[in-house]
Amino acid sequence: MTLARSEKRLGWGLVAPALLWTGAFFVLPFLAMLALSFARMEGREVVQGFDPGNYIRIFTDWTMLKALINSLEITLVVTVVSVVLAYPLAAIIAFRVPARWQRLALLLAVLPFWTSYVVRSYAWLLVLGQNGVVNKALLGLGVIAEPLEIAATRTATVIGFVHFFVMLLTLTIYANLIQLSPNYARAAADLGAGRWAVFRHVILPLTLPGVVTGAFLTFVLCIGDYITPQILGGNAELTLPQLIMLQLGRSGNFPLASALSVVLMAVVTLAYFASSRWLRLDRV
Amino acid sequence: MAQFSTLPLTALALLAVTSPSFAQELNALVWCDHTDPALIEPFEEKFGVTVNLKEYEGTAAGLAILDQSQPGDWDVLVIDSVDVGRAVEAGYLAELPADQLPTANFFPELVMAENNTVDGKTYAVTEKFGYNTISYDKTKVDPADMEDMAALTSGKYDGRIGIYDYYLPVLGLVALGQGVNTADITAETLPSLKDPLMKLRAASKQVSDVVSAQTALATGEVDIVVGGGEWLTAVLAADNPNLDWTIPKQGGLRWAQSIGVVAGSTQPDLALEFVKYIVSPEGQAKLATSSCYWGMPANAKTGDALSMEQRAVLRWNEQPEFLKRAQLYPIPDAELDTAMQDMWTEMLNQ
Repeated sequence: MTLARSEKRLGWGLVAPALLWTGAFFVLPFLAMLALSFARMEGREVVQGFDPGNYIRIFTDWTMLKALINSLEITLVVTVVSVVLAYPLAAIIAFRVPARWQRLALLLAVLPFWTSYVVRSYAWLLVLGQNGVVNKALLGLGVIAEPLEIAATRTATVIGFVHFFVMLLTLTIYANLIQLSPNYARAAADLGAGRWAVFRHVILPLTLPGVVTGAFLTFVLCIGDYITPQILGGNAELTLPQLIMLQLGRSGNFPLASALSVVLMAVVTLAYFASSRWLRLDRV
Repeated sequence: MAQFSTLPLTALALLAVTSPSFAQELNALVWCDHTDPALIEPFEEKFGVTVNLKEYEGTAAGLAILDQSQPGDWDVLVIDSVDVGRAVEAGYLAELPADQLPTANFFPELVMAENNTVDGKTYAVTEKFGYNTISYDKTKVDPADMEDMAALTSGKYDGRIGIYDYYLPVLGLVALGQGVNTADITAETLPSLKDPLMKLRAASKQVSDVVSAQTALATGEVDIVVGGGEWLTAVLAADNPNLDWTIPKQGGLRWAQSIGVVAGSTQPDLALEFVKYIVSPEGQAKLATSSCYWGMPANAKTGDALSMEQRAVLRWNEQPEFLKRAQLYPIPDAELDTAMQDMWTEMLNQ
């Protein structure tokens, strides 16, 4: 009994720093943001109160709603494309690359992480430009007659995102694949399953937690990202983080920026619940 | 007798200003052009102090920083000249001794007393200015077309235009294109600017920040930047002499930035010395050619401190004529400002 109590105390003692940290730097700021989201602007002054006007505006003003839709569309496309590209890459590294080369292969896969995110985005702008490497190569090969309009479009934003998130997903999926015992596949093969059947009925279900975890992280990081759409998208359309930045940097409309941020957090929370069945954040 | 008593006090005050053992650090809230070491180091060496610089973008962000700071945290503020009144109203700027500022040497249009002075008291002084107009690649477009804003939406340059992502100057330019002076943009006239703005957006490829606009112009992604000017092309001039800028016949916008001492500064004398250094010909030349962005010095006596090449890029000799054709940024009240930003946001998400 005494031991149990002292263990409990020890447990709380160990958890306390993390709880304090989370309380001070997440819960309290979040509550402050939530309260501010119900304030309103009178001229350039913030007036505290309980006014749902900001939320009503977000869901009735087409410009705001479209920014939310744009963010969701881009994020979903990026997540799906990144998974489709990262899975085979992770599988090749896990199953085809000899064990002694796997570290090097992973290192090469994450090498672009070493460059500044902003610098990498501007680099993509040059690569995808009318006189960039992609267009020059395609023109040189005779594939196209006129340069493609890629830079300053949604396609450029998606490419920039996918480049980044394929690396992240490769790591999470690889971590899952490498833990799989080869005996599962052997047993399935012994029972007469072909390669596709082994993958579909054995490998994929067992690696789903890693895939979903990586996809969830991709979703969260992508939907909240401001830099990539701002640099690569050329403001051809607005995303939710860009709209939030406009309220903060230009308008000084902190209540509306807070309300938009709360909506962004709500979307992420919904994504969490949608994927929680398969989420294994301990495998990241 | 009075002379004997003030002399030691003055010496002590000067000592306090110049001695490293007293005022060690000066905290300045600035735009990025002030972060060039070539500008700051001479002041630091002369006064034996360290100048701590914090960059910000957009008046709202700068005022928010001041709002969240304690009195005495900041000594110097750089701010859009048209927003000086806003900062004074919020109590962020201290009065400056007008007789110690070299405004008599300024281009007359850049004294901007209507902006820098409130109720007869001077709170800031103009330090740098330039134009938001049309930048272009003269090998890709007909320079004669760039003299008329109507050419931008004629269809000839569709998909080859970039718009600088700042609503005030671009809406001002659109207004000039419609024959509306920037000072006449009101809640009543603003709706008439929506269609021309959307047409310009439809003809353009992108709306981008400074770096992206420069990249797009330099790499040929776009051939024209609406809202650009010498500040956009000057830093690229050495590598790409084909980039040029002009003020069309309808006119252009003149931007200006001011500098002042923050109210509550614990070292107002040193802060004032910094302001005086910035508006001196030496400081002006370095500020005008800052590695972040170039612009015109407000002090007309700066010409001698600039090289021939620098003067050519800045079109120094053409300033009197350009100044006549340029109008100030619109100065909207809070309600009009919100309406302008809403229109801009709608344009971005068109």
